[in-house]
Amino acid sequence: MTGWPILSTITFLPLAGALWILFFVRHDDEALAAKNARSMALWASLVTFVVSLFLWFRFDRASADFQFVERVDWIPAFDISYHMGVDGISMMFVLLSTLLTPLCVLASWDSVKSRVKEYMIAFLVLETLMVGMFCALDLVIFYVFFEGVLIPMFLIIGIWGGGRRVYAAFKFFLYTLIGSVLMLLAILAMYYDAGTTDIPTLLRHSFPSSMQAWLWIAFFASFAVKVPMWPVHTWLPDAHVEAPTAGSVILAGVLLKMGGYGFLRFSLPMMPEASAFFAPLIFTLSVIAVVYTSLVALAQEDMKKLIAYSSVAHMGFVTIGIFAANQQGIEGAIFQMLSHGVVSAALFLCVGVVYDRVHTRLIVRYDGLVNRMPAYALIFMLFLLASVGLPGTSGFVGEFLVLVGAFQVNTSVALLAASGMVLGAAYMLYLYRRIFFGKMTKEDLMAILDLNWREKMVFAPLVALVLWMGIYPSSFIDVMAPSVVRLVEGYEASLASAEAPLFASLWSQR
Amino acid sequence: MSEMNITAALPEVFLAVAGMILLMLGVFRGNGGTRLVLTLTVACFALSFVVIAASMGRHEAAMGGLFIADAFGDFMKLLVLAGSGITLIMAMRYIEREDMARFEYPVLILFATLGMLLMISANDMLALYLGLELQSLSLYVVAAFRRDHLRSSEAGLKYFVLGALSSGMLLYGISMIYGFAGTTSFAGLAAQFSVGAQVPIGLIVGIVFLTAGLAFKISAVPFHMWTPDVYEGAPTPVTAFFATAPKVAAMALVIRVMIGPFGDLVDQWQQIIWFISIASMLLGALAAISQTNIKRLMAYSSIGHIGYALIGLAAGTERGVNGILLYMTIYVVMNLGTFACILCMRQKEVMVERIEDLKGLSKTHPAMALALGIFMFSMAGIPPLVGFFGKFYIFLAAIEAQLYVLAVVGVLSSVIGAYYYLRIVKLMYFDDPIEAFDRPIGREMSVILAATSLIIVLLTVGISPLLDGTAMAAASLFSG
Repeated sequence: MTGWPILSTITFLPLAGALWILFFVRHDDEALAAKNARSMALWASLVTFVVSLFLWFRFDRASADFQFVERVDWIPAFDISYHMGVDGISMMFVLLSTLLTPLCVLASWDSVKSRVKEYMIAFLVLETLMVGMFCALDLVIFYVFFEGVLIPMFLIIGIWGGGRRVYAAFKFFLYTLIGSVLMLLAILAMYYDAGTTDIPTLLRHSFPSSMQAWLWIAFFASFAVKVPMWPVHTWLPDAHVEAPTAGSVILAGVLLKMGGYGFLRFSLPMMPEASAFFAPLIFTLSVIAVVYTSLVALAQEDMKKLIAYSSVAHMGFVTIGIFAANQQGIEGAIFQMLSHGVVSAALFLCVGVVYDRVHTRLIVRYDGLVNRMPAYALIFMLFLLASVGLPGTSGFVGEFLVLVGAFQVNTSVALLAASGMVLGAAYMLYLYRRIFFGKMTKEDLMAILDLNWREKMVFAPLVALVLWMGIYPSSFIDVMAPSVVRLVEGYEASLASAEAPLFASLWSQR
Repeated sequence: MSEMNITAALPEVFLAVAGMILLMLGVFRGNGGTRLVLTLTVACFALSFVVIAASMGRHEAAMGGLFIADAFGDFMKLLVLAGSGITLIMAMRYIEREDMARFEYPVLILFATLGMLLMISANDMLALYLGLELQSLSLYVVAAFRRDHLRSSEAGLKYFVLGALSSGMLLYGISMIYGFAGTTSFAGLAAQFSVGAQVPIGLIVGIVFLTAGLAFKISAVPFHMWTPDVYEGAPTPVTAFFATAPKVAAMALVIRVMIGPFGDLVDQWQQIIWFISIASMLLGALAAISQTNIKRLMAYSSIGHIGYALIGLAAGTERGVNGILLYMTIYVVMNLGTFACILCMRQKEVMVERIEDLKGLSKTHPAMALALGIFMFSMAGIPPLVGFFGKFYIFLAAIEAQLYVLAVVGVLSSVIGAYYYLRIVKLMYFDDPIEAFDRPIGREMSVILAATSLIIVLLTVGISPLLDGTAMAAASLFSG
């Protein structure tokens, strides 16, 4: 460990803010406490974001190693240490988390009125856990952060959510937990086999082929729920619909990425043979996700549910890209995750804007909004096209790279996935037509106001990011390239050297 | 073997003498002296705690080999003393309020605790039985302490009848073992067995009966039936006591008997523990779902927790025992905190114990709701709370012993269990309050709540010293 522990600072600054709010914001006067809690949360998350920018500027883009590494013994008897570090794969997810949290705080400024103090504490704790999860270089630490996320998210959905919030919160929690506990057993088995839970060491360790399959399945159980992949995606629409706007933003923006990140960090490099063996399963499920959930999205009456289903479809691209296991595929998958993190977060924020004004998310209750809200219509259009994958926006780069990667592995997968893009355009444009165009006939929309300055401030960084990622993607691809190259090389090397005639060759004809 | 070596049993001797003095004091002062007797009892526990903690690491036999003082025993004794002492402090206001402030209460608790310490240190079947009965007889009386209340008397009677039955089974098992092995001394028994050797079938029968008797004491399935009724019927501070100290002591006894004299017969008893463990976990998780009384819920929760702890025993390894020690430590802390909350559940001067009464607690008593929420998430085993680490080391032992089915059933039942813990969080945080609990909750309760919840949150960071302690304790059991 050299110098200033920047990753720990980023991880625990929000927690410090949360503790500050917990202990020093008095609750004698409700309104005053709410005001103080809001501004404290905003400051804490903004400072965290500024500190995290340091990562972006100081990150060595030529290196594939873990950087900003910190290591402190934690449980020496079991060789478990507090080990943090980021590489090209995880660094930008840290930034995504620190960027979205202040936006969430801003977006909830007026819309959350009850128990503001607890709300802000929950979000700051959530940020700590998310950042920690992406930085963790020890499996136990990783698991602690990965699972810990459930607690604040459960409370956010359950306390500040909509009508069926209790059902949604329980479903979210139990679905995710059941996958995770199986992963816990796999982690223990890995520890038993390798004698350590240190991730860089495990990345060099090769597990016996027979064991890999079981480990892979256990990790799959956890990450597939988190991504979510079809058919274990059903918690997502419920959770999204019932969660408050900011909760949906974090859920779509960061939490879903945990699954994809997990596949990249663990399944692919640590269990290469099993990954190759199970890749067709992933492809099948992902293609079903892309096509089926796009069709389901087409039939939705609720805006948030529609975007939730579109998330499942977009994450289907991610899993295809990851298990295509070539450079384009994986870079595309990471890029798609980042892009989806920004775009879906922005779309949920957009829904939040009209929800705050009209208090409904039903599509039929809206029409002709473009007449009263031109700025809003413009911003919504931009994110919608980014989601569809219009060239020049971030969505295009990710999906294009994934398709290129997939095409080299399996043409029919690429073909079916590409058809999902068409369906994506269909449901998104259909949504847009119903909400924004046509004559404004609903009485309660006549006096609706366009975006205020606070809302514009929330959207401004996201708009800039979507365009930057779409127009000059190299600034992001360069960061991840060395790590991805090393990942792909390691993967292919261990497949080539697998002692038995690879059990992946059971599928043959490759 | 014949020397007395009374210093090894100094804390026990001290407690026995103190118990008799306190009894006399109580008799002379009458019920007006309850608070004094109670305070002195807690002081005695604290003193014994300090003495044992200071002598941690010793390993010596006493009373001609009937009694053994080792790191394992010392660790468990510390837990028992802490549990007894803190539940006694929690009981103080309750017994005064609910008109059960008789000086016998602290004295009985003291004798029960003395019995537990003797159980933990037993190195002979007879010493085991004596300690167990001293504990049990005191507990029967304490369970029925509100003799004018139907439910309390019923609980005491039920506990007594079933407890006597289990003691009978235990004795029967001991006599079978004695008959086939010719000795009751643990060391003597251990010397007779070696790994993989043929064992007379009668001895196996003896071990089965012994296990059944002990399973009753730790309330493991299928000998759990008394637990919900006794937990519900007994006065709440007594329930809190039942859920902590006796559980730890009985668990220590089970471990010592299984690993000590019968350690080499692990193949013979592993499947029994395996079954008991799975059945306890599943029943604890499933039966708790439909409970409406929080004390009954805690009863099923404790059955489930014992099931998890037994995974470590089924592994039969040093790491397994290490896991159990850690698990029981965390279990005691979580239970103390939770029961402190339950003891604060009073509306208009009346104790309430329906789970529904917790509705909206986060609005009326935010600090208490936060503490109880922490305990619930910790019991569900969600990191970063320390309850997770209890499960972590238990499952690690299971994986190392290649008990994969046990591990998978264990984690899945922990997901089922998470449901009812979450239900309490849901009531506290998602629902609106109906009626607030009385204030103030008392300074000692606030301190206990704050301390236990802080331990649950912060122990994760500093778990290493505790693990060193449990490792030392577990090692002492295997070394000799």
